[in-house]
Amino acid sequence: MIRLFANANYDFIKWRRFAFSLTGAIMLVGLGFLATRGLNYSIEFTGGTLVQVEVAHKVPTGTIRSALDNVGLNGADIQNFGSDTSYVIRARLNEKGDQGDAGTQAVASAVGRALDQSVGPGQYRIERREAVGPKVGRELQGKAFLAILFSFVVTLIYLAFRFEWRFGLAATVATAHDVVATIAFISVLHLEVSLVVVGAVLTVVGYSLNDTIIIFDRVRENLRKYRRQNLYEILNLSINETLPRSVLTHGTTIATTLSLLVLAGEVIRPFAWVMSFGIFTGTFSSIYIAAPVLLWIEKRWPGEDARGARTLSTRTPAAPAATPSTAPAPAPSPRAPQPTR
Amino acid sequence: MGKIRQRLYFIAVLIVISIVALVPRNVKQRVIDPQSGQMRDTTVRRVPINLGLDLQGGIHLALEVDQSKGPVPDCADAIQRAERVVRTRVDEFGTTEPVVQIQGRCRLIVELAGEKDPARARGIIQRTAFLEFRITDMKNQFKDALPQMDAALRKAGVKARSNATPSAVAQLFGGDTSKAARDSAADANSPGVLSSLLFQGQLPGEYLVPAEQWPLVDSLVQRPDVHAAMPRGIELRWGATEESRGARSYRALYAVDSKPIITGEELTKAVARRDPVTNQSIVAFTLSHRGGRIFGQETARHIGDYMAIILDGRVQGQPPVIRGQIESNGQIELGTKPLQEASDLALVLRAGALPAPLTIVDERTISASLGGDSIHDGVRAGVVGIVLVILIMIGYYRVSGALAVAALTLYCLFTLAGLAAFGFTLTLPGLAGFVLSIGIAVDANVLIFERIREELVHGKSLRLAVDDGFLHAMNAIVDSNVSTVLTALILYAVGTGPVQGFAITLIIGIAASMISAIFVVKTMFLIWLHRRPDMVTLSI
Repeated sequence: MIRLFANANYDFIKWRRFAFSLTGAIMLVGLGFLATRGLNYSIEFTGGTLVQVEVAHKVPTGTIRSALDNVGLNGADIQNFGSDTSYVIRARLNEKGDQGDAGTQAVASAVGRALDQSVGPGQYRIERREAVGPKVGRELQGKAFLAILFSFVVTLIYLAFRFEWRFGLAATVATAHDVVATIAFISVLHLEVSLVVVGAVLTVVGYSLNDTIIIFDRVRENLRKYRRQNLYEILNLSINETLPRSVLTHGTTIATTLSLLVLAGEVIRPFAWVMSFGIFTGTFSSIYIAAPVLLWIEKRWPGEDARGARTLSTRTPAAPAATPSTAPAPAPSPRAPQPTR
Repeated sequence: MGKIRQRLYFIAVLIVISIVALVPRNVKQRVIDPQSGQMRDTTVRRVPINLGLDLQGGIHLALEVDQSKGPVPDCADAIQRAERVVRTRVDEFGTTEPVVQIQGRCRLIVELAGEKDPARARGIIQRTAFLEFRITDMKNQFKDALPQMDAALRKAGVKARSNATPSAVAQLFGGDTSKAARDSAADANSPGVLSSLLFQGQLPGEYLVPAEQWPLVDSLVQRPDVHAAMPRGIELRWGATEESRGARSYRALYAVDSKPIITGEELTKAVARRDPVTNQSIVAFTLSHRGGRIFGQETARHIGDYMAIILDGRVQGQPPVIRGQIESNGQIELGTKPLQEASDLALVLRAGALPAPLTIVDERTISASLGGDSIHDGVRAGVVGIVLVILIMIGYYRVSGALAVAALTLYCLFTLAGLAAFGFTLTLPGLAGFVLSIGIAVDANVLIFERIREELVHGKSLRLAVDDGFLHAMNAIVDSNVSTVLTALILYAVGTGPVQGFAITLIIGIAASMISAIFVVKTMFLIWLHRRPDMVTLSI
């Protein structure tokens, strides 16, 4: 049988400072992009008009652009979409949104006139048309924001209910890291932020949380099993024990997201990008954000099983996983059997 | 062994239910007849999974009350009126099962699958509603003219499709058949094409047509030769909805005066309430000053007659009888019918009286070809994804991996069956979610297998290792799946069509994976261990 990382015994937590700096640096770059370029919101959020056309034979983008200028759509941008003969034309509403609902409809027909001029009537086929009024866009922005916020709250409550608040907080910090990292990634790649992409971000939240829970579940179990080891060792042990699972599951998930990315077409591609990145950041954060943060929280606010506090002061090296009984034994305190938390 | 048998029975039942849910079946669809341009029902055989607009192409419209020309005080009422109006026009769209629903308080969603022309759809939706009251054909002029119409049809060579026995038709037709009988004597063995399809209703001028025949009848009465035989001053109007009488459902056809006694313009108010004395459901309405004067004259002439309420050419509900002269304030009694019906009628009246100007706040059109491409690409990505997952699982876990892959097949079956059985809609993000969930679905098996390996390393016997592996992995599986379901639920609450489809697929997928990865795989392991009690190493 193939066994990947069987009996692995890496000191993951030791590298936490390095990992923090690395993710911090990556995020700084991402936030830099975010600050300078912002997010490429889809017209679902900004309000405006999108027209996707399939032309019979290739037309230079410049021709269409000048035709758009001719009909008064100066702000419209035009992009190839997947293939040479497929274009997407976007005209966002201006900041004030004073064109109103009628404006988006008017723009849609103006795009039709521009295409008649540049490509020729009957030479193109409209594949997709979206005309979103400013109110709907604003609503959707609020909803998306609420959704992400709400998912945090629900997560925190669920984890506090299943574990205890320290674990919940650590998992939420890790998840928040993933959201920020994913948004930075979206900004760097200049992906279009549609509602589907927000859905992908939420799925990343769920996936990352899933991963964190698997590790925390093992931590909880090991805390009961190995009474003499400190939290630092238990965290390392748990991450190592769940390593084969992580490799396998992330492997299968990556396989499916990559096949979506490559094969599932242009419409779903931003979703697939976000998911693929989310799997990496979710895995990373479960190990390098959730676990160290839990350690830190236990140090600040020691729980009844305050092995985290001792950890950082004594800084014992990780004991080999297979020989817990031979680990250096700090004075075992006579603890009552732990109630299930 | 008994335990294994029980598990197998359970799995077999699940598989049978899933297959039944997915078997292609006859689905009634309303489509436009290319020859006549009329709507007609056809039955199509297809797998009963609903495809979202982004996969089959179509138009999604979100409408709100136009407030740009002054505020509308009660937008919820205005949007309800608009919904009622759009519903009566559903047939005009020419699409299969259009969706008309109110979202939130003040927004109307209209989804037209397969519709290509947004301008046409907008025109139908935004057209002003027209309400009118007309007296039904009290003198049975239409019925008296039926033989001529039948004769005209016979001359044109239109034959009744089914050879119904003439005597039965005559009996069902009921009432005064003397004229029809005399006429049919000339052509004794063939009943009239039209009259054989009409059954006399409860009131004068009301006829019932079997629901599946009404498109045929509609095309017959619109023929010019039949139209020529129509008595002067009489027109035909269809009822708005199908109603069931006994086992069959019918659509009512009304013969009404061609001149309305009053139109919606004169109506100022209509409310539904329950009469405290008689405990009847009633609709009280108020007419304008001018309208009251006309209505008073007309109702005085028509006491005892029935008055059809027609919105956009469709008769709404059963026409009430005029009991006495009504001027500005009248009421329509619905007897013991529920108040809901009265509210609905009041809504119809208001819809015709106070047209709500609608503005389109969101419009999405997707062509059928783009939808088809999306399905094609999505399925291709799904197949490749599944093959990769199968290779990884079997390569790493060998026989156990093969069991997991077998369970994955059931997972796909259960998920698709769940979508079909609950009538959820498959969208493009949903398809992506399905592909993604295949990767995640094996997670439960990976957790279990890793656990079994660990137990084996700790020196446990095969049997015990398998049992403990399943038991110990359970906590992690449940916790992680619940958290994913929670985020998916939030997504469902917040999202619109396509994104909701994604959330639904994810939720059903997780439920299906719990069954397939845990229950089914455990059963396979039990059988495996039962068959090979001497086995010392597990292929895992």
